Amino acid sequence: MAVLLALLTGLCFTVICVIVRLLIVLRSGSKCKPGEKGPVCVLVVAGSGGHTTEILRLMESLSQSYSPRHYIIADTDKMSEDKIRTFEKSKKDTGSKGQFTIQRIPRSREVCQSWSSSVISTLNALLYAVPLVFRLRPDMVLCNGPGTCVPLCAAGLLLGLLGLKRVLLVYVESICRVESLSLSGKILYHISDYFFVQWSTLKDKYPKSIYLGRIV
Amino acid sequence: MKRVFVTVGTTSFDDLIERVTSPEAVQELKARGYQHLVLQVGQGSILPDSDSCHELTLEAFRFKDSIAENIKCADLVISHAGAGSCLETLGADKPLLVVVNDKLMDNHQLELARQLHQDSHLLYCTPSTLNETLKTMDLAVLSPFLPGQPKHFANFLDRALGVQ
Repeated sequence: MAVLLALLTGLCFTVICVIVRLLIVLRSGSKCKPGEKGPVCVLVVAGSGGHTTEILRLMESLSQSYSPRHYIIADTDKMSEDKIRTFEKSKKDTGSKGQFTIQRIPRSREVCQSWSSSVISTLNALLYAVPLVFRLRPDMVLCNGPGTCVPLCAAGLLLGLLGLKRVLLVYVESICRVESLSLSGKILYHISDYFFVQWSTLKDKYPKSIYLGRIV
Repeated sequence: MKRVFVTVGTTSFDDLIERVTSPEAVQELKARGYQHLVLQVGQGSILPDSDSCHELTLEAFRFKDSIAENIKCADLVISHAGAGSCLETLGADKPLLVVVNDKLMDNHQLELARQLHQDSHLLYCTPSTLNETLKTMDLAVLSPFLPGQPKHFANFLDRALGVQ
């Protein structure tokens, strides 16, 4: 009985510690300024189709201080890879330095996939995301809603929890979302350091979000 | 030569293709001075023949890597409510009539088309009101769609992250 009680107390203590640690990490975002120390390493979650187009519009606006850039795409997505290579090539032509890589992970959620199987494939994606993020150790993760971004952001958060590296999570909700957030958005709203929306209706509903008008 | 470009995106929208090639719709288009009709029909079951219409020159295809050229050459774009097609057309500064597929359940893509309609960047109808819309629409009421400003995002991020 005493052992059980001790175990239970231990468990409660651990859970409380994790929660406190989580709160501390989540609140430290605004103090984290990787740009003051040099170039900012970015993990860009490209996703597919429209998501890729939007995220490349954002990447286009960032200066060469954001380097290197690691693009994450779903392993089934050939089109995004072409778009990224074309984009990076055009960047090089304009004289901007810096390197980029393209990394592939399994898709976490196909369109129209059921909820329960989404959960399993998201867990599967997490198995790939954690080692990838631990290896690349980016200063920030930039994403705009494909399912793949949830496990990657979770992995980024984990780095912070373990005290290995404070990874800033920057989320930009797609311009398609006018009245409601996407599923990824709803999840990541709570853990993002900077959460952008592009319509004022969403800003009203989600006060913690940042609204600068349309940005893509 | 004034051109109309109709696009249904990656899926199918037979209802729209059927309506826009109907004699009534063709008549309305002709009355407005359009002489050329190009259709992107996707996976739809109807792929109209170029001889099937005598009033207008007609061209139809299923898919292309990029429809940017078709949009650029068009004087009017008639599109499904897909966000990609809407944004591409408005980005090219072309008058846009969005035809909503009322047989589909309300999906989130409609949010954007509806909002852009509210802000008078595009006209909005369903297949059953297409003829009426073609007859009565006034493209002059449309207001230009200014491109988004990624620079605002970059400036914000530079400040937040302390990038010099």
